Amino acid sequence: MSVLVFIDQHDGHIKKSSFEAASYASKIAEQTGTQAEGILIGKTNDDPASLGKYGLKKVYVAGDDKYSQFDDGVYTGIIAEAAAQSGANVIVFSNNFNGKAIAPRLSVRLKAGLVTGAVALPDTSNGFVVKKSVFSGKAFANVSVKTDTRVITLNGNAYGVNETEGSAEVVTISPSTAESKVKVKEVNVLKGEVPLSEAEIVVSGGRGLKGPENWNLVTDLAAALGAATACSRPVSDSGWRPHHEHVGQTGLAIAPNLYIAIGISGAIQHLAGVNRSKVIVVINKDPEAPFFKAADYGIVGDAFEVVPKITEAVKKLKG
Amino acid sequence: MKILVCISKTPDTTAKIAFTDNNTKFSEEGVQHIINPYDEWYALVRAVELKEKDASTIIHLINVGDPSNDAIIRKALAIGGDEAIRVNTTAGDDYYVASQIAEIAKEGQYDLILTGKETIDYNGASVGGMIAEFLQMPFISFATKFDLEGTTATVTREIEGGAEVNEVSLPVVVSCQQGVAEQRIPNMRGIMGARTKPLKVVEPKDVAALTEIQSFDLPAPKQGVKLFAPEQAEDLVKALRDEAKVI
Repeated sequence: MSVLVFIDQHDGHIKKSSFEAASYASKIAEQTGTQAEGILIGKTNDDPASLGKYGLKKVYVAGDDKYSQFDDGVYTGIIAEAAAQSGANVIVFSNNFNGKAIAPRLSVRLKAGLVTGAVALPDTSNGFVVKKSVFSGKAFANVSVKTDTRVITLNGNAYGVNETEGSAEVVTISPSTAESKVKVKEVNVLKGEVPLSEAEIVVSGGRGLKGPENWNLVTDLAAALGAATACSRPVSDSGWRPHHEHVGQTGLAIAPNLYIAIGISGAIQHLAGVNRSKVIVVINKDPEAPFFKAADYGIVGDAFEVVPKITEAVKKLKG
Repeated sequence: MKILVCISKTPDTTAKIAFTDNNTKFSEEGVQHIINPYDEWYALVRAVELKEKDASTIIHLINVGDPSNDAIIRKALAIGGDEAIRVNTTAGDDYYVASQIAEIAKEGQYDLILTGKETIDYNGASVGGMIAEFLQMPFISFATKFDLEGTTATVTREIEGGAEVNEVSLPVVVSCQQGVAEQRIPNMRGIMGARTKPLKVVEPKDVAALTEIQSFDLPAPKQGVKLFAPEQAEDLVKALRDEAKVI
């Protein structure tokens, strides 16, 4: 028996969310008296053995370049083979785009119960119960998995990373996969930037900024903090910022350690995308803005005056 | 071409989230139901747009649920679609729902199966991928753009920090999100027409769910916001560093 974790990559490098998933898998293995192993697919610029730092004992690598292009069907086949070789009874993914594309397929292929968006370790004291986020972060459900093999996708920033010493055994595998039915024609990713969904600090702007010409308020503070930037729906709808920066119900759901909202009123649809953030700071000139009810810290004031002061203070404190 | 659009019923986005029966059941009290927004705004509307370009296109809607779902199915038919199928059961887990849809889809020989990216209640985001696996079809998830040229679909899917453009031959399952289509409001003609469109009710096949919700919890309430005056910007930053320890 083992706990197998899918190691996901961004631009040839292992994603931070995979370190979280590996740490989570290792803890489940410890809890159930088995060992945690990983499966990495496609070419990588990182050393798979280094995943030992997150508790993995072994990493299966299907490193052929033909697997570097994502296809959930092909990836499912490879992971299913690795799972058989590893004897996995729990398979862990990050609850990100690739994880959410593969996990449902694998669940059907292995007839293994699936819980997506897990926020805590499974309770194995009586069966196998996983707590997951539901109603867009407004509640949690405790889901009992009734099959012997289970598939879990772990929410970002829900578990954290446990880093220690260690090196994983690397096992190269050549899976007998089916032909890809999907042709990837183009991949457009931001190079050298942390994707918004993986960022620890996010600075976000709304309509209160009045126009794209004022966006430097957001980017200056983000630069000082080493943060990613995001925006509310009206901002992406009016084309001030690209759609992939839109957080909220219809955009991306994020869970950074710190979310700073500037000139965003905090409509329920926006909160649905950010309410899993650990700490929320709201800057808004309207004291009645609903966002203050969901915030940890706030300043009622004009963003054009307040934000540059915050940026200065951050620069000063960070020296 | 035949398109199957999967429609789910969810509580309204502004519904109060509360639970009853010792936190084992979602409280329906005072809750309005809607078509899951991603199913309606993106999956269904894109199907309707495809039919507008090619009038020979046939659109079927499918819902897995009890008779109380008929109202939202009629509303969906008012936006578009030729007929609807409801699998008459109280929905179980995603595996159960996907098995029921796959069963109908097998018989219907659809070229394209569209779902929303997830439902806004249980946020499973799994039914589309599961249907694809049951039917051994390719699956493109979290699509932001969908174009069709003959039997070749070009689909842009969202990935972390970017997008990927895929090309795939029909049949295919696609889960849709913002960008795929523009939300539409049903017009009077659509609403009148929806009343007479066929809504077939079929009995479910015998499948066991693989998971079950035991109970619900609500997140711990926020402590309340700590406010700083505009001139105290530096104090705020210090609090973030020393108290919240996030910078």
